[in-house]
Amino acid sequence: MYRLREITKVFGRETSALDGVTLHVAPGEHVAVIGPSGAGKTTLFRLLNLALRPTSGSLRFEGADVATLSDAALRQARTRIGTIYQQQNLVGRLRVVHNVLAGHLGRWSTAAALASLVRPREVETASAALARVGIGEKLYARTDELSGGQQQRVAIARVLVQDPDVVLADEPVSSVDPSLAVTLITLLRDLSDESRKTLLVNLHSVDLALSFFPRIVGVRAGRVAFDLPPDRVTVDLLEALYAGDRDDEAQLERLRDGYDPFGRACRPLTGFRP
Amino acid sequence: MATIPSDAPVARSLASDRKSGFPWLLAVAFALTLVGSLRVAEVDPRLLVERDALANVGRFVAGAWPPRVSAEFLGLMARPVAETIQISVTGTLFAVLIGFPLGILATSTLMWRGVLHERRVQRRRWLLGLPVYAVARALLSVFRAIPEYVWAFMFVRAVGLGPFPGVLAIGIAYGGMLGKVYSEILESVDPRPLETLQAAGASRMAVVFYGLVPQALPTFVSYTLYRWECAIRASAILGFVGAGGLGQQIELSMRMFQFDEVLTLLATLFVLVALVDFISGRLRARLL
Repeated sequence: MYRLREITKVFGRETSALDGVTLHVAPGEHVAVIGPSGAGKTTLFRLLNLALRPTSGSLRFEGADVATLSDAALRQARTRIGTIYQQQNLVGRLRVVHNVLAGHLGRWSTAAALASLVRPREVETASAALARVGIGEKLYARTDELSGGQQQRVAIARVLVQDPDVVLADEPVSSVDPSLAVTLITLLRDLSDESRKTLLVNLHSVDLALSFFPRIVGVRAGRVAFDLPPDRVTVDLLEALYAGDRDDEAQLERLRDGYDPFGRACRPLTGFRP
Repeated sequence: MATIPSDAPVARSLASDRKSGFPWLLAVAFALTLVGSLRVAEVDPRLLVERDALANVGRFVAGAWPPRVSAEFLGLMARPVAETIQISVTGTLFAVLIGFPLGILATSTLMWRGVLHERRVQRRRWLLGLPVYAVARALLSVFRAIPEYVWAFMFVRAVGLGPFPGVLAIGIAYGGMLGKVYSEILESVDPRPLETLQAAGASRMAVVFYGLVPQALPTFVSYTLYRWECAIRASAILGFVGAGGLGQQIELSMRMFQFDEVLTLLATLFVLVALVDFISGRLRARLL
C-alpha cells in the first residue's frame, strides 16, 4: 500500500519535521504510530494522505511514485485515502448531512456537488453511515452544535461514505474522554476490518495503541525509533521514545506497574497477534 | 524517570528572545508626530470659550428651539427621508456589485497561494494569478482612499444634482471597503477543512463551495449590513455637496439660518440612523 524510503520533510529553512523515515505498510494492515509531541507524527500523516510532498526521499502509494502523479491522478489517489483529524476538520456551519456527503466529492462532478448543497443527493448513504457510527438522528443538525465526540463520529461517517482503501486517523481521540476514546477506536478498527481497509492511527495514548493494534511504530525526532508488534514493545523502549516529554511520564508509570486500563474487552482482533 | 538528552533536535536553531529596538524608534516617532499635529492643527481650547464663540453658539441654540414641526414642513421632509434611505440601499447594492468581484480577485488564497494552488506553488507557477491580484488590490485602494464626499462632489459635476451622484459615490467608496474586507474574510477562514476536503479528492470548485463559502458567508452578510448602517449616515453628509437626501435639506436650512428646521432634520436623521442600526443589528445577531 505504502512504501516510504528515506523520507525527509523540511519546513521553511530550519525545521526538519521528518529526517529519514523508511516504512512499508501492506494492504489491510492496522498500524498505530506513537511518539512524543513534536516527533513528526502529524507531518508523517499529512504526507501519507498526499497533502504534503516530501522534501527528499520517495513516497510510493499503490506502487506509483507520488511525486510523478498528474493533477488528475493525484485527485484520483486521494479519493482512495480517507483522513480523520485530531480537531474535527468539519465545516461547522454546514449541516451534518453535507459534511458526511463531502465523502462523495471525489466522485461527484462539480455541478453535482453544488446541486447537493441545495438539495442533498444520495442522502441514504449519509444516513446509513451516521447510523453505523450511532448518531443517525443528527442527519440534519448543524455540525457546530454537536459535541466533540459526535463531531468525531461525523468525521468517521464521512470516511465511510468516501469508502477509501486506506483510513488515516491523526490523533482521532485526543480530544474526547477515555471511555469514548475506546469506543471510537473500536469503531474505527471494526469498520476498517470489515471492509479490509488499511488503517493507520496516530495515537497519543500508548495504552490504546498497545491494546488495539498488531503493529506499533514509534516515532521520535523525525525518525522511526522502532517498528514492532505490541508484545515486543518494552517499557525501556517506551521510556527512550518519550524521554524528556513530561506529559507522558504518568502514562509510562502506569504501564510500568503492569496496569491494564481496558481489560480483555479490547484486545486486538484475533488472528492479528503473531 | 531518567532524562535522556534528545539526540536530534527538531529545530536546528535555538529559540531566541532578543527584542529589536525598532518598536522604541516607532514610539518616539509617534510621540513627535502627535505633538507636531497639535501645533499644526492649531488646537487651542480657549477659542471655544471666547465671547464671540459663545454668542454664536447661543444664537444657534436659541434659534433651534423649538424645532419646527409644522405639518407643511414635515410634509416637505417625506421626500428627502425616502431619498436618503434609497441612496443608502442602492449605494450599498452598487458597493456589493463592485466589491464582491474585485474582492475575490484581491484574495491571495483564491488567486495564487494556499491550499487551492498547491500544485502551482510546487511548480513555482503561481505568478499567473499575481498580476490580476495586484491590479484588483490597487483598484480597491484607490476606491476607498478617496472619501465618499469627494466622489460625490465629482459625480455631481458629472451627472448633475440629485440622489444619483450620491449612489455612485457610496457605491465606489464603499465598494473599495467591502472588497478589501471580503478578501480579508476569505483569507482568514480556517484552512484545515479545505485541506481535509482536498485530501479526500474534492475538486477546487467543490473545495470553495463546501469549505470556503459556508465559513465566509455569514461574516460577508453581517459586514455588508454594517456598511449599510454607515451608508445612511454618509448619505446625509453627501447632501452637503448636492447629492440629494436629508443632507441637502440640512445644508439649505443652515444657509438660511433656519436653525429650528435644522434641529428637526437632525432629529429625523437620528431616528433614521437608530432605526437602521436596530434592524441591521437584529439581522446580524441572527446570522452569527
